Amino acid sequence: MFTRNGFSFTGLDRVQREMGRVFTNVFDNLERAPERTLPAINMWETDDALLAEAEVPGLTMEQIEVFVMNDELTLKGRRSAPQTENGTFHRRERRAGEFTRVVTLPAPVNADAVEATLRDGVLTIKLPKAAEARARRIEVKGV
Amino acid sequence: MNTETNAVSCMKQTAQPTAALYAWTYRPDVDIVEMADEWQLSADVPGASAGDLDVNYERGVLTIHARVSDRQAADTRFVSREYGVGDYFRRFEIGEGFDAAGVRAELATGVLTLHLPKAARAKPRKIAVQAR
Repeated sequence: MFTRNGFSFTGLDRVQREMGRVFTNVFDNLERAPERTLPAINMWETDDALLAEAEVPGLTMEQIEVFVMNDELTLKGRRSAPQTENGTFHRRERRAGEFTRVVTLPAPVNADAVEATLRDGVLTIKLPKAAEARARRIEVKGV
Repeated sequence: MNTETNAVSCMKQTAQPTAALYAWTYRPDVDIVEMADEWQLSADVPGASAGDLDVNYERGVLTIHARVSDRQAADTRFVSREYGVGDYFRRFEIGEGFDAAGVRAELATGVLTLHLPKAARAKPRKIAVQAR
């Protein structure tokens, strides 16, 4: 979409790019759409780091992958469908299947220092900001 | 932007805050499976811990209530907020056909699994038909 040179990415463009990517993942396999789950992500920042959190109940560490490249965070996982050989489902609301979610980060991060923890179905990712992105207090001198 | 928010917000169904619980309350997704001797109910309750979980089966009504406190401080600088954190609550009218003393609950990886054994009289019983 944005292939012209010299096109600067403002905040709005970044949102549109991310939207495009989300839709690509969801609508790629429309026939299998009911299988796809898309975890919601909350993101907040401190002066030193970006933090992201996603609720991924039923997933173990082996079923999740987290990638960081340039200014993108990718969450990839697979939730297996519940196995019940001799049972009858009376209600089935919990979604199972693969998901891939790509989020654009609002600040550059130090990809080598990213940490991710999974506890009680909540995935928390800490992305320390790159040195140039940390807020620096500028001293105001009176003249 | 609106469509994306809808796509992810339907994952977590909210209920209006009630007077008794003055906070956002969420309705967890469940799977209900009937086996030969018991029913299994699995509910997605990420962020809940066993100590804050109440499961109650009384007079035919099964109630699940998990108290979940905010994981971030109120002054957190959010960049993007797609879901909220709050208590989980769901209630089912399942009747009296279950052995209340034998109900077992397990919590692992944010999923609550309940085993509700059928009461003896609720198990299928073959009835012999006599010809006259």
